[in-house]
Amino acid sequence: MISANLSAVFYLISGILFILALRGLSSPDTSRQGNYFGIAGMIIAIVVTFLSIGNFSTSLVYVIIFLLIGGIIGAFIAFKIPMTAMPELVAGFHSLVGLAAVFVAIAAFLNPEAFNLGVVGGIKLASLIEMSIGAAVGAITFSGSIIAFLKLRGIMSGSPITFSGQHLLNLILGIGIFVLIFYLCKTQSANVFWTVIMISFLVGVLLIIPIGGADMPVVISMLNSYSGWAAAGIGFTLENTALIITGALVGSSGAILSYIMCKAMNRSFVSVILGGFGADSSADDKKEKKDQKPVKSGNAEDAAFLMKNASSVIIVPGYGMAVAQAQHALREMVDKLKKNDIKVTYAIHPVAGRMPGHMNVLLAEANVPYDEVFELEDINNDFANSDVAFVIGANDVTNPVAKTDPKSPIFGMPVLDVEKCKSVLFVKRSLSPGYAGIDNELFYKDNTLMLFADAKKMTEDIVKNLD
Amino acid sequence: MEIDPFIFRFSIFILSIFIGYYVVWSVTPSLHTPLMSVTNAISSVIIVGAIIAALAGSSESVFNISSIFGFLAIVLAAINIFGGFLVTQRMLQMYKKKKDKKK
Repeated sequence: MISANLSAVFYLISGILFILALRGLSSPDTSRQGNYFGIAGMIIAIVVTFLSIGNFSTSLVYVIIFLLIGGIIGAFIAFKIPMTAMPELVAGFHSLVGLAAVFVAIAAFLNPEAFNLGVVGGIKLASLIEMSIGAAVGAITFSGSIIAFLKLRGIMSGSPITFSGQHLLNLILGIGIFVLIFYLCKTQSANVFWTVIMISFLVGVLLIIPIGGADMPVVISMLNSYSGWAAAGIGFTLENTALIITGALVGSSGAILSYIMCKAMNRSFVSVILGGFGADSSADDKKEKKDQKPVKSGNAEDAAFLMKNASSVIIVPGYGMAVAQAQHALREMVDKLKKNDIKVTYAIHPVAGRMPGHMNVLLAEANVPYDEVFELEDINNDFANSDVAFVIGANDVTNPVAKTDPKSPIFGMPVLDVEKCKSVLFVKRSLSPGYAGIDNELFYKDNTLMLFADAKKMTEDIVKNLD
Repeated sequence: MEIDPFIFRFSIFILSIFIGYYVVWSVTPSLHTPLMSVTNAISSVIIVGAIIAALAGSSESVFNISSIFGFLAIVLAAINIFGGFLVTQRMLQMYKKKKDKKK
């Protein structure tokens, strides 16, 4: 058994290692080392916890068994999961953190002696507030992440679910949680504690159902942030520095990512949370307009011809590439183009895909070197000097309407200036609008050639035609 | 008058938010997905609370209602720790520079 002071020092060390883990992600070169720091920090925290309790009875055997069960499940998932399913995986993991926070808070409430928080029915006031906040945020994270997971997995429709009075209901429930926590402090009643948790589960569901599929990058980041605040709340209850530091890090990380995603869509955080985006598009009205405008469509042969005669090509991937699993075929196509001395780069919009950085991971999986992949602001000026833009599975992020039509819901959103290229190849299954429900002007431009097909099949056909 | 230890922990919390703010802004956008999976893994350090709860049972009765919640939380957090770090590692292995892939 080690002293409380010594274990506090070790918890501080593991907190520092977690900071270094995030620091490593500033460049792909240092990122792997950063991950090892994170693993080391985790091992220190767990071992120190065992030593500080010093209880080596049969309980410890069970702890290790359960730890291994979870570990095996986790490792299995980590190795099996396809890279295209990362958004669901991350949402699923968030839900587990949230639920774990709820369980720890419940355990602390039922057995406060074990945590030095007082006795049952006489828990220290500060601890009671901290653990109920931790439990409430954890519960919201859990149920919210489950909904996000179901939406991303396609089990639940990605379209927003709204009803009148929704925001009022959320507000009342939110205030209700605070009132109940206050009441809990006065009465120490277990029933009130359970009610707080139940209402929080409900709030989590209500908070995420009105948010549409295109806003998922914000939702995932936001839930990431919540899981951090839940951990911090539990950290205060347990008086554990490692948990407080980590909670603060994760909480601010998620908040920053949400901010970046909102900015990339030119939407305020509040309007994303209030939800309903993409539900109010008048689809009929748009269909009519579409019929009137001519579209040039081509096949793989035309596309291959265009690219062969280009000297520079910019590839714009989007969610459609992930759905079609087209990243490997794309890489093959690029290899062929490079053999013909054509300069190829990739342009990635911050909200391409369903989570921050989603496209980068998929391209990395297909062995695309990361120094050929550029962010929006770094590459946007290059479109004017390039011959061909190959848009594969992206839509709203290329829509010039965002720059020209102040009435458009996406007006002001930073977009890739694809239309400035000499010619644009647009791989898409149909003319249907994207998640935002807005018609893309790019389809009707003179220099745009539409390639109507599944992204993977079309890319493979182009590869054949490049020989 | 003595300062409440809560204030010390609260100071750590606030300073950590600032560290998080600056560290996360310096993360390159292409690594935002690994950032999310690694923050997932490290927030599972909540397992320390789960271990305390699980070990609180006496030798005669390992499982009581409180320790059962501890054990359940251990499983959930362990899935996250192993899953989170391993999937991050798997992703980071894939990021390669141009020079590496010359055949």
